[in-house]
Amino acid sequence: MDKVTRRKFLGTVGLAAAGTAVGPWVLRAGAQSGPIKIGVVLPYTGVYAVLGESITQAMELVFARENWTVAGRKIEMIKEDDEMQPPVGIRKTEKLIDSDKVDILTGPVHSGILMGMRDKVHNSKTILIVSNAGADAISRARCSKWIFRASFSNWQPNQPMGGWVAKNVSKDVFLTAPNYQAGKDMMEAFKETFLPAGGKVVGEDYPKLGETDYAPYLTKIRQSGAKAVYCFFSGSDAVNFVKQYDQFGLKQTIKLSGAGFLTEPDVLPAQGKSALGVVTGHFYTPLLDNPTNQKFVKDFREKYAGKMPDGFACQGYDTAEVIVRALKAVNGNTQDKMKLVEVIEKSEFDSPRGRFRFDPKSHNVIQPFIYIREVKEVAGGLNNVPIDRVANVADPGTGCTLPA
Amino acid sequence: MPADLFAQALNGLAYGVLLFLLSVGLTLIFGMLDVVNLAHGSFYLLGAYAGLSLIAGTGNFWLALLAAPLAVGLIGALIERSCLRPLYRRPPLDQVLLTFGFIYLFEDLVKWIWGGRIRSIPPPDLFSGSTTLFGAIIPSYRLFVIVFGLVMAVLLWLLIERTRLGAVIRAGVFDAEMTGGLGINIHRVFTGVFAFGAALGGLSGVIAGPIQSAYPSMGVTILVPALIVVVVGGLGSLKGSLIGSLVIGQAETFGKAWLPDSSMLIIYVVMAGVMLVRPQGLFGRPLK
Repeated sequence: MDKVTRRKFLGTVGLAAAGTAVGPWVLRAGAQSGPIKIGVVLPYTGVYAVLGESITQAMELVFARENWTVAGRKIEMIKEDDEMQPPVGIRKTEKLIDSDKVDILTGPVHSGILMGMRDKVHNSKTILIVSNAGADAISRARCSKWIFRASFSNWQPNQPMGGWVAKNVSKDVFLTAPNYQAGKDMMEAFKETFLPAGGKVVGEDYPKLGETDYAPYLTKIRQSGAKAVYCFFSGSDAVNFVKQYDQFGLKQTIKLSGAGFLTEPDVLPAQGKSALGVVTGHFYTPLLDNPTNQKFVKDFREKYAGKMPDGFACQGYDTAEVIVRALKAVNGNTQDKMKLVEVIEKSEFDSPRGRFRFDPKSHNVIQPFIYIREVKEVAGGLNNVPIDRVANVADPGTGCTLPA
Repeated sequence: MPADLFAQALNGLAYGVLLFLLSVGLTLIFGMLDVVNLAHGSFYLLGAYAGLSLIAGTGNFWLALLAAPLAVGLIGALIERSCLRPLYRRPPLDQVLLTFGFIYLFEDLVKWIWGGRIRSIPPPDLFSGSTTLFGAIIPSYRLFVIVFGLVMAVLLWLLIERTRLGAVIRAGVFDAEMTGGLGINIHRVFTGVFAFGAALGGLSGVIAGPIQSAYPSMGVTILVPALIVVVVGGLGSLKGSLIGSLVIGQAETFGKAWLPDSSMLIIYVVMAGVMLVRPQGLFGRPLK
């Protein structure tokens, strides 16, 4: 009896062990014919909820165009709300990688979340297409061969603006941005060309993210003797800053300029006439007259009740476009990650913002143009009208040693 | 430099008065019902959005300022009758959990009805410009908010200190059971006070709209400063709510202006300082 039991026991253990060893292979083989899982980590609540919404809508527009199928496999989006909080975003990232086993990950909006998820993504060899967060470091010292960025680095829309503002607006400028990584990155990038052009920073302030009352800062700006303000705000911050700037009567005497996010279509209707005349630098405006953009604006507005696509939507479009094209190129085979990375690296297509391609040095998108835009009243309401542009803006990628 | 000081003090006053309008309803409900009503942020949120729709529909800010709080007060009354009343005899944590749940409920409801986009509420035409006052430039609307808030403070004080209804409320705050024993329908008073507090929350939402815009997470954003004001001023005290708001308003404004890097810290330092010296808050009843 004893022996039989032991034999049975060993047999059971052996079977279980074999099952454990074989299990993943069986599952993986099944996964090849199952849906392709696209993980999405974006804010769906909080200050930047509207950004997450725009990115998601444009991604869904592209996937719907493909009938949610690529190379015979279904596309499945798994959306997670990061609540704009790094601990939450990192937890959701781990969930998507470890338990959902997504094939490709996308997101986030918050630079802090991107920096926090970076090591997990890199070490687990998960392909991440960044659809917003601009933390410069991800294209520099903290770059990874598994990480591509289809949006922008914080440096990109700001660096060309420094020289432009010094030349065309004023050399006495007050800088302000929310007190977090992206805000500081952007102001530093601005200074790179502003100071050599003879510009002088007369004051600098970094209010908290999600500030509701800018009065103390606006009073300081007035007293600083600045002739212009250069700033970065986004979401509800952008609405409150621009409106209060106007309410305090600063708009008439001190020219307001900033990174493009300040007057994107997600906030422009709420800013209303307070935004008139604001000058910003950005890689996109819905008014671009290339055919891809015209079709994108038309389709987007048709699908989403007349909503004007913004730069965030353009990023979502490009993120999804990169994914669809790469999956087609590998014929839906998501097993060979190296192959997938190779084809993503070679992505090149007409995006609403112009010819889209990645910089092989940093895996960051090369902006076909940074447009200098002014808010004007045009047909259909307020919009960002391009008044000047700078071509081929690529992040310097300092310190990135791809392939790594 | 004195002009700077004056301008910043004025900014602090406007912000403080806004905090007062927001926190007075919270402190009133706490004082009377012993309920930490976290859903107060939701009343602020609902007030702003109800105001938004009323202004869009009628084009009249003043009508919205009157009607939106009434609507929010009604919602408050319904919540008190249906959800809160059964919980009075339960531990306070149950009430905190319930009202915490309402925050999410109303945030989603607002998103569902009005969408997630940021909306702006235009100030009334009368106060759309800016005014120069002793060399300081301030938006006219903020001057209106200061005057309106201070008038509200006086009216509330008169209501609570000088009317029979106020006497009942004060008695209820002091000892609800005893007040009930004196033949006053304390349940009805509870509902009334809760509705009134909710209406004040809604009112502050409409008032804040032209300054801070309306967006679904605004209720959560404002909850922390409001709770700090209540703690600093003293739970359940009208005077405390006013003084606490003005102190926090100035502390935060000058903190932002002078110590921008640690401005978020300042109000917590003030709160910690007050709690060390007077744990019951500036005007709260001594702790038993």
